[in-house]
Amino acid sequence: MLTSLRTQAAAAACALAVAVTAPSAQAADWEPHKPIEMVIMAGQGGGADRLARFFQSLIQKHDLTNMPVLPVNKGGGSGAEALRYMKDNAGDAHKVMATLNSYYTTPLRQDIGVDIETFTPIARMAVDTFVLWVNADSDIHTLDEFVTAVKEADGSWKMGGTGTGQEDSLVTAMLEQEFGIKFTYVPFDGGGTVAKNLVGGHIDSTVNNPSEQLPFFRAGKSRPIATFTEARLEPLPDVPTMTELGHDLTYGMQRSFVGAPGMPADAQQYYIDLFTKVSESEEWQEYAASEALDTKLLTGDALQEYFLKERATHAKILGIN
Amino acid sequence: MEMLAHLADGFALSLSPLNLMVITLGVTIGLFVGAMPGLGSVNGVAILLPLTFLVPPASAIMFLGALYYGAMYGGAISSILLGIPGASTAVATTFDGRPMAQQGKAGLALIAAAVGSFVGGTISVILFTLFAQPLADIALAFGPAEEFALVLLAFTTFVGLGGDDVAKTIVMIAFGLVLSTVGLDLISGQPRLIFFDLPGFYSGISFLVLAIGVYGIGEILWTLETTRGRAQVMTARIGVKDLWTGIKLLRHSLRTMTVGSLLGFFVGLLPAAGATPASLMSYGMAKTFSKKPETFGKGAIDGVVAPETANNAASTGSLMPMLTLGIPGSPTTALLLGGMVMWGLMPGPMLFIEEPDFVWGLISSLYTANAFAVIVNLALIPLFVYALRMPLSILAAMVIVLCIVGGYAPDQRLHDVWLIAAFGIGGYLLRKLHYPLAPLVLALVLGPLMEKAFRQALIAAQGDAMTFIERPLSATFLVVAGLFLLLPLAQAIRHRKTPTEPANGSAGA
Amino acid sequence: MHRAEMIMAIALMALSSVFMIMATDLPIGWVRGSGPGGGAFPFWLSAIMFVSAAFILIRELRKRLTRQQALRHFIDSVALLDIGLVVGALLITIGLMHVVGTYIALPLFLAFYLRVMGQHGWLLTAAIALITPVVVFLFFEVTLRILLPKGITEPLFYPLYAFFF
Repeated sequence: MLTSLRTQAAAAACALAVAVTAPSAQAADWEPHKPIEMVIMAGQGGGADRLARFFQSLIQKHDLTNMPVLPVNKGGGSGAEALRYMKDNAGDAHKVMATLNSYYTTPLRQDIGVDIETFTPIARMAVDTFVLWVNADSDIHTLDEFVTAVKEADGSWKMGGTGTGQEDSLVTAMLEQEFGIKFTYVPFDGGGTVAKNLVGGHIDSTVNNPSEQLPFFRAGKSRPIATFTEARLEPLPDVPTMTELGHDLTYGMQRSFVGAPGMPADAQQYYIDLFTKVSESEEWQEYAASEALDTKLLTGDALQEYFLKERATHAKILGIN
Repeated sequence: MEMLAHLADGFALSLSPLNLMVITLGVTIGLFVGAMPGLGSVNGVAILLPLTFLVPPASAIMFLGALYYGAMYGGAISSILLGIPGASTAVATTFDGRPMAQQGKAGLALIAAAVGSFVGGTISVILFTLFAQPLADIALAFGPAEEFALVLLAFTTFVGLGGDDVAKTIVMIAFGLVLSTVGLDLISGQPRLIFFDLPGFYSGISFLVLAIGVYGIGEILWTLETTRGRAQVMTARIGVKDLWTGIKLLRHSLRTMTVGSLLGFFVGLLPAAGATPASLMSYGMAKTFSKKPETFGKGAIDGVVAPETANNAASTGSLMPMLTLGIPGSPTTALLLGGMVMWGLMPGPMLFIEEPDFVWGLISSLYTANAFAVIVNLALIPLFVYALRMPLSILAAMVIVLCIVGGYAPDQRLHDVWLIAAFGIGGYLLRKLHYPLAPLVLALVLGPLMEKAFRQALIAAQGDAMTFIERPLSATFLVVAGLFLLLPLAQAIRHRKTPTEPANGSAGA
Repeated sequence: MHRAEMIMAIALMALSSVFMIMATDLPIGWVRGSGPGGGAFPFWLSAIMFVSAAFILIRELRKRLTRQQALRHFIDSVALLDIGLVVGALLITIGLMHVVGTYIALPLFLAFYLRVMGQHGWLLTAAIALITPVVVFLFFEVTLRILLPKGITEPLFYPLYAFFF
């Protein structure tokens, strides 16, 4: 216990040092001696997968590691499979996992024998944002009109989103609680499919990430109503936040990397350095800006603290105490 | 006219020396990746995506597009030679491709597959060039109800009642559909049918695992018993002259190719469907409208041409919703989409306007990639056929090794390899007792699509099942599906076929 | 043949019963306002499977067999031995992959199959058993970057990784 605290403290100190000094100035003592497995908590082709592979390609392009980084999808059971896999490989220094919010919701919703507190935090690369969208043909322009319309529909208002228990359904549940309204929630298997069903008129509204709806928005096929963020989003400067409208509704989807439980401290430091460099790359910052992602980097202990806070928040949304 | 100018610019881009090299390389790698049982275009694209950062974006997407094409051609190779579909799109190719190979006509089957793929790809690309933008909206009209009806249609075009033992066919369809529900229930977010609480079942049972098991391991066990492990397999040989004869023979399949191309292109346009239902529907259509439907499943050349034409046409078609709407129709196109986003290209309705160079470069490269794929493929056919002349005891050992390694590679789980062994043994026993295996495999491919779309449509309609009939597109599909289901039954009654026990050798499908 | 047919029908009935029991973890009925529950598809499809298998069983039971048919075996002893050996070797190979890894398990399997089943000469056996793993390594690990399981032999590959990557 004491040693783990000490190593964590040391890691935090190093993280701080890295954050302050130029990243190239410091080199970790540890280096991988076999290819690094990048476990992805989602199936091939989804948003999480694409982002993880994007990071992999940046690492490869800038030649940041001496061994290749190999992505492996373990998306089964909303990430349960990936979590169990990491747990079974405790102490492995050559496996990192790309996470999304199912990192905390899956262990909360199902008993899979995984405690994320034991995992090794590495780096939070981004937080994706959520926006409330309707079809451009609808005559709803404001949040009030939206709420009225949903109330009038008397439970038959179709809100589309990703699978039940995943982020979109949580945001929908937050909306229901806040406004005392009821949706018919239609689950689809990916954000892109959800976006298409909104534009095709098969559902009435979505809480898509901006990256999923922006192409349709630019083509004038969908309309944003409000964002679930603290500040307005750069690509959507005219869209008010929920907070501005007097509703304390914010929600974000984190994109982070964690290591297996009991990853050696010097390996953890190696990966923190690695992802810090990735985070600072021009390509990543450019990409993030175009997708309206928040790229504030969190590493080591600060990240662990964030995870635990988010887990508590999600337990509350899910009604688990 | 403007379009032609754009296309000419595009050709100037795609025919540059660098891009020609990139396309040839992509096609060749794709061919080999696709020919491996277990690996398909999605693995090839996923693995090679990062490498494409070495070249400019236009070349990179051409490389991936060429790889995609190559893998589609390659999928037919393992279907025909080994009877193991390398991807779900190539399942229908095994039905007649495998019997042809067993009759020593492997070369002809491979030529038919290559030429069919070329024709399908080319017609599809031409349609794509002409109608890419106006047709994009069709994809939008497709909601869950239509998706369900379409998948049901794909299923019934192939699995008409009659032919095999009806009770056994129903057992196998139900079994396959149950296997397809293993894993996570998307709608409720709850896990189900997790046998022995093994984490490997959380992600469900992949179609590939079942296909490699029953067609790979199961087939080896079957051959072992029937040949006593000593016989030579096939005495196929092929020369340049045979190649030409083969191509000439295909003029009889022109109608099948045309139907397959059109069907493939339009089904490919629809986001959820993609190439697998297209290839099945094309096979079903070819069989239904053939003058000699009884030859299907026993090595009919049209039975190879039809699915191969359609799946290549559909893979081209499925690029369209990806480019114009940003909706991927398959995991492979999803990865291509990811690649484009990484290069700073935003697919969607504006892409054709904002990035004409890129779009037309890509379209022209599809023509080039298709031409290269057919040439490389035809050139390699003698090599593939030669591999079949190995003594059975060596070939069988190699195939088992391929099944183990190929089954492990896609998801990197030994759990899948154990399942392959179990399905292999089970499949062998079922086959000995004349249970049809194709419906089992197809049910697992189409099951998840069907259940999901069915339930999504019902939720959206507040549980009102009339939604399938009230929506015109879905109603049409359902009526056609009903016809396909009843047609073979009606034929069977008219012919008053006496139920005979199927002969031992006919279980090849 | 007749007996095997009945055993298979009973096995399928047993299997579908297991599926049905497992499916009841989730609602199997029609949920008002949203269609079938999460367990409905697996449950009712398993039920269809059960009924069809039962039909096959009953049909077999009622079949009058000629003497010749009754004597037909499901499999003869020579084929049974061959198939038993291959299945056994396959299962042992997969088991070995967990422990000593692909690159020990596959050559052993090939050696067994070619030498014992195929009765090929030692030279050919050795050549194939040694060349195949090399080709597999170059194609999967080096070209496609898919790592195969190595079990306890993992450290032996560190120099190879350092060389190829």
